Amino acid sequence: MMDEPAKTKREVTFSRLLGFRELGIIIFIVLISVLIGIRNPRFLTWSNFHDILIDTAALSVLSVGMMLVLVTGGIDLSMESVLALTGMVAGMMVKQNPQLSPLFMLILGLLLGGLLGSITGLIVAKGRVVPIIATLSMMYIYRGITFIISGGKWINAYEMPDSFKGIATERFLGLSKLIYIVLVVYVVFYYFVNYTHTGRKIYAVGSNVEAARVIGINTEFITWLVYAISGALSGLAGVMWVARYASAQNDTASGFVMTIVAACVLGGVSITGGVGTVSGVLLGSITVGIINNALPMIRVSPFWKMALQGLIILVAAIVNIAIARNMEKSQLKRRTI
Amino acid sequence: MKKLITVLFLVASMVVFFSVSAFAEGYTVGMVVKNVGNPFMDAAGRGGEEACGELGNSFIFQGPATPTVEGQIEIIENLIAQKVDAICITANDFDALVPVLQKAKGNNIKVVSFDSAVAPGGRHVHVNQADAELIGKLQVQAIAEMIGYEGEIAILSAGATMTNQNTWIEYMKEELKDPKYEKIELVTIVYGDDLRDKSYNEAMGLFKSYPNLKGIISPTTVGLSATAKAITDAGLVGKVKLTGLGLPSEMAEWVHNGACEAFFLWNPIDLGYLASYVAGLLCDGTITGEVGEEFSAGRMGDYTIVEAEDGGTEVLLGPPFRFDASNIDEWKDIY
Repeated sequence: MMDEPAKTKREVTFSRLLGFRELGIIIFIVLISVLIGIRNPRFLTWSNFHDILIDTAALSVLSVGMMLVLVTGGIDLSMESVLALTGMVAGMMVKQNPQLSPLFMLILGLLLGGLLGSITGLIVAKGRVVPIIATLSMMYIYRGITFIISGGKWINAYEMPDSFKGIATERFLGLSKLIYIVLVVYVVFYYFVNYTHTGRKIYAVGSNVEAARVIGINTEFITWLVYAISGALSGLAGVMWVARYASAQNDTASGFVMTIVAACVLGGVSITGGVGTVSGVLLGSITVGIINNALPMIRVSPFWKMALQGLIILVAAIVNIAIARNMEKSQLKRRTI
Repeated sequence: MKKLITVLFLVASMVVFFSVSAFAEGYTVGMVVKNVGNPFMDAAGRGGEEACGELGNSFIFQGPATPTVEGQIEIIENLIAQKVDAICITANDFDALVPVLQKAKGNNIKVVSFDSAVAPGGRHVHVNQADAELIGKLQVQAIAEMIGYEGEIAILSAGATMTNQNTWIEYMKEELKDPKYEKIELVTIVYGDDLRDKSYNEAMGLFKSYPNLKGIISPTTVGLSATAKAITDAGLVGKVKLTGLGLPSEMAEWVHNGACEAFFLWNPIDLGYLASYVAGLLCDGTITGEVGEEFSAGRMGDYTIVEAEDGGTEVLLGPPFRFDASNIDEWKDIY
């Protein structure tokens, strides 16, 4: 009598585990960590783990923004330029006014990025320009404006106040402040995506625009909103980036957009829209962070590193897909029983 | 009547315009840099303007937004159309610019390459920053002094295919063969691709994979400052020494906090000055760009044209300048 419920409970936990979509990526993270740990034991230390989290901070913030856009079936290539432009503005501002508080700069980054993103959003939602073209154009425009406002000059470490650089270097309860920013972003967006009407509407628009319109969803507003959000998060990441590397360059994060897309796809976001989770994107970002952190630590020739990087991403994607398919199959089997 | 006045006005203004250009003093020198918005290139432009001012020439400063060959070709075509008298160029590719520069030479335009050379066929003379051997040597000597001639060192370079960096690294290895460095071991060369995040990660990776690392040489500006930041963040100031080639404005912070005691760079203002001075002298026929010609270049003093390794001719600017705590504050606002 006592055995029965226990068994059922175990079965439920097991099937829940199987139903967990991010299982594939977690298995991959564990696998790669063990392999690299064998090669260089320092990889598996707490301080290195903390380094990975700091390295991943900007990327994971950006990935959430990109995920929302991808879920609607779009793509936002302008994120890297919004990041650079906001970072440059922030750098120039703290250079002129060193007394500005770091918190104010972070909020300013969000607002300025949000403004830039909503312009892109208007072009896509109201102007009906294909997202890849609209955001590609804005990518060049915002990059150009970065050059124009800076006059081509960089903001260097000595021109930034310590309080600003402290965003990345100061710690609270043993963790870098950057990690807390990421935590806040993820909690907010986990709630937004899963528990608010607007959040759910994003998925509806991504799955089937026509159906979403028929049931009365303002699809234009939702489309505009996701670009505004991705802009805001790019702006926030811009301030984090400039504080972290203590340098605002005109070519900051040039080409970084591919890394953001890679993190999203590894985290299970579908390029064709409708599919993607906040927790998956976090794991995807951490995977990319681990790859970037691990490659310099394994003492192989730089040319092998390049090839390895591609190989690891490919293996991660395959493991992810294989496990997701197996899961679907086993779920279907259970249904027929 | 109104029409007549307009026509007369137009004719008058054209006459004024043409007579002004006909009687304008001096030559026009166009400087084409790798890309605009790069502080190093801007500083070279300031030097170029200064030299042109002294010689009574006029100066045009141009460059593509990103360091591409295509952008430079377009700009050179434009300068040919504008009938400039000389072009000073720091090339984005050794060979690809030769055809368009030959076209320029065919239009009686003098071509001076500086910083990064074009093949001899595309230029009259090259102005070299300093010889590669000296650049390699000085960095090895500096790091050896900092670590007390003993321990592991690593090199953090730009891209694996960069000609400049690879040549310097070859000379570094050459210098390290000297018996006085026998206790120094070069453990690895890594590449940060001149990207700030990647260079930073590579530096962090070095500390973790070589726990006994004593010093790093980074012969590239982004690599040097990203490594300095990584040393600072990892709490290794004083434990891992750093030298290389960098910009004073970028490095000021890290010289002050001790992450980088000293680094080198030729002075881009002087380099631009010399290049556009040489261009001026080519235009008025003082020199032709042949080996053995001697000339005086304003505030820079006397120079001799020598044979370059690539078969062409060149002028050597002089040894790279050493920046450390004693002089960084004078330079950090300049470039």
